[in-house]
Amino acid sequence: MMIEELNEAAERERDRQNQFEDRILCCTVAGCHSCGSKPIRAAIAREIEAQGRQDEVELCGTGCLGLCGEGPLVKSRAANAIYARVQPGDAADLVAGRHDILTSKRVDNLPFYAGQHRLILSNSGVADPESVFDYIAAGGYGALSKTITEMEPNEVVEEIKRSGLRGRGGAGYPAGVKWELVARQNSPVKYVVCNADEGDPGAFMNRSVLEGDPHRVLEGMAIAGWAVGASQGYIYARGESPLAIERLTTALQQAEREGLLGHRVLGHKFQFRIDLRIGAGAYVCGEETSLIASIEGQRGQPRPRPPYPPERGLWEQPTLINNVETFAAIPSIILNGADWYRKIGSPNSPGTKVFALAGRIVHTGLVEVPLGTTLRKVLFEMGGGIAGGHQFKAAQTGGPAGGCIPSEHLDLPLDYDSLRTIGSMMGSGGLIVLDSTTCMVDMARFFMEFCMDESCGKCTPCRAGTVQMHHLLHRITTGQGTESDAATLEELADLLKETSLCGLGQAAPNPVISTLRHFRGEYIAHIREHRCPAGSCEMRREVTV
Amino acid sequence: MNNQPKRQLDARDSVSRSGARETAPKKDPRAVSLESAMARHGYAADALIEILHHAQKLYGHLDKPMLLKIARRLKLPPSRVLGVATFYHLFRLTPPDRHNATVCMGTACYVAGAAELLEFLEKRCKSAPNGGVKVGCGRCIGSCGLAPLVVYDGETVADVTRRKLEKLLDEAGAK
Repeated sequence: MMIEELNEAAERERDRQNQFEDRILCCTVAGCHSCGSKPIRAAIAREIEAQGRQDEVELCGTGCLGLCGEGPLVKSRAANAIYARVQPGDAADLVAGRHDILTSKRVDNLPFYAGQHRLILSNSGVADPESVFDYIAAGGYGALSKTITEMEPNEVVEEIKRSGLRGRGGAGYPAGVKWELVARQNSPVKYVVCNADEGDPGAFMNRSVLEGDPHRVLEGMAIAGWAVGASQGYIYARGESPLAIERLTTALQQAEREGLLGHRVLGHKFQFRIDLRIGAGAYVCGEETSLIASIEGQRGQPRPRPPYPPERGLWEQPTLINNVETFAAIPSIILNGADWYRKIGSPNSPGTKVFALAGRIVHTGLVEVPLGTTLRKVLFEMGGGIAGGHQFKAAQTGGPAGGCIPSEHLDLPLDYDSLRTIGSMMGSGGLIVLDSTTCMVDMARFFMEFCMDESCGKCTPCRAGTVQMHHLLHRITTGQGTESDAATLEELADLLKETSLCGLGQAAPNPVISTLRHFRGEYIAHIREHRCPAGSCEMRREVTV
Repeated sequence: MNNQPKRQLDARDSVSRSGARETAPKKDPRAVSLESAMARHGYAADALIEILHHAQKLYGHLDKPMLLKIARRLKLPPSRVLGVATFYHLFRLTPPDRHNATVCMGTACYVAGAAELLEFLEKRCKSAPNGGVKVGCGRCIGSCGLAPLVVYDGETVADVTRRKLEKLLDEAGAK
């Protein structure tokens, strides 16, 4: 496809879609898949045929509609309504357009949707992730065509720098600065790598983006390739999400077939190819140097930095590594400009962030909000509060590398710097809500067990330290802990943080440090009174006496 | 320590002979598919993980002769191939059981009581061995809105309760 043809293709596809009276979009992302969206889709297809409305109603899949806990979700374009817990029996009403009968299932009027600002998820509920023309019709690849026709590579880097976009993988490093570092390297071969190894338990944003709008990520990567001077990209996806791999494979084939990727991108003298690499279940591969080792076909073990990947990365060449969400944010920044982007979110953390709400909350699912939104708004307004009438205790952010936010910090704005001040971190965006029935010591033990299993074993502090810390936490949660155990725990936490080789070991003690800081009382109750305040740990008191 | 590399080398040779015997006359379609996958990657060492994925998909698991064959074809030391295969959780070195029940141990599932479900499953499958159900726990599968989750023979079961599990296992036992 040439640049001029892109607009025509978009127009053609829009005309085709507008012929239909209604477009019924079924959520086809993993969450809805697990609760039976396939039979629903089949039922709607049968119903369209039965009612003979093939020329009036179009049926297709779409990206995550948000409210994952209430699936399967279906959207109707004509009524502009999202329906939850759709049953095969509803298909007839949906197809016939009897929306008044379905009012009780409507969820799009919930505050869950009202507070959202969808940029990265803007195509969810609009486009079919399996059709490149759908993405083009929604303005897709427009940013790529703008960069290669109107912008010099350094202008692109400058624009991203000015936008203030920060890496969405967790650390929040300014994306533009990283791009500039790679662009400045004087090397004929450079690589762009998309880190899609989202391993944090309780985080499913990246996977939903890949399953729901894969072309957006490809476009972001191609723009990055143009900006830094790379002609080869890699996506490193998790082996545990087969659906994301399937969607990416389809998207890559379509993009190459249409000339949106390949040796002449959009007919322009710019070569950019993307290969898919599939991980095999190692959490540490989310760390950039491990990820590089894994792409090279080796054990995914980290190496000391510096040199950082922008100087020497994949096959010793300058490599730009960004998260899925970072790349997904690029097209809208290019199209609307850095100034527009800076107006969203807070001054130090511009833009929007997708959070995955899970745990003891009424509405679980994906929300995209401007950074700087308060936790209270996200959890109590949009999330609908705590499920089962319990008391809010804490929200866990950042997975095993993060920390918890207790109730006194509910009014904290969710952005990179604020979270760091209270000892937590943004992480990739998982927000797990814990209520009064969850024991915080057991939570710390759970995360330590995770890090212990996932430690690659290369450096001693992490390999041996996580085992020791887990042992101590296990003693405490079973009522055998002593005061000196707690002291050793703090000492080890410090040691791991300071001396581990990579982010996994350095961040492994974070949940312990954070729970000790905010919930020390629970540790003391376990140790001195052999009692679990949440009532979830089983105490074996007889062993201790 | 000293004789280990030698033993591996011997094994490698024997496989190369038997491997040749196996592929030439019978033309196992799986072997053909694996070979063409390796050829597609140009027998490059960096495609090792892709090749292992492909081999596991074809054969269900990766046994020693298979690893040695891959090592020989990609011109890699067997230690490197075994090292990679054992590093990643998704590679299986032993044949899979007839049925698999994996309890998701992501944070959301854990908070929703996955540990108790796992304990229940383990007890239940130990006491009543119904057609070999392998019980295990897995990493977050990213459908946290539907916690707790169990993946049973590749199918994700949402909002799992003990009763749901009982029903699943009864059905498996009946088959």
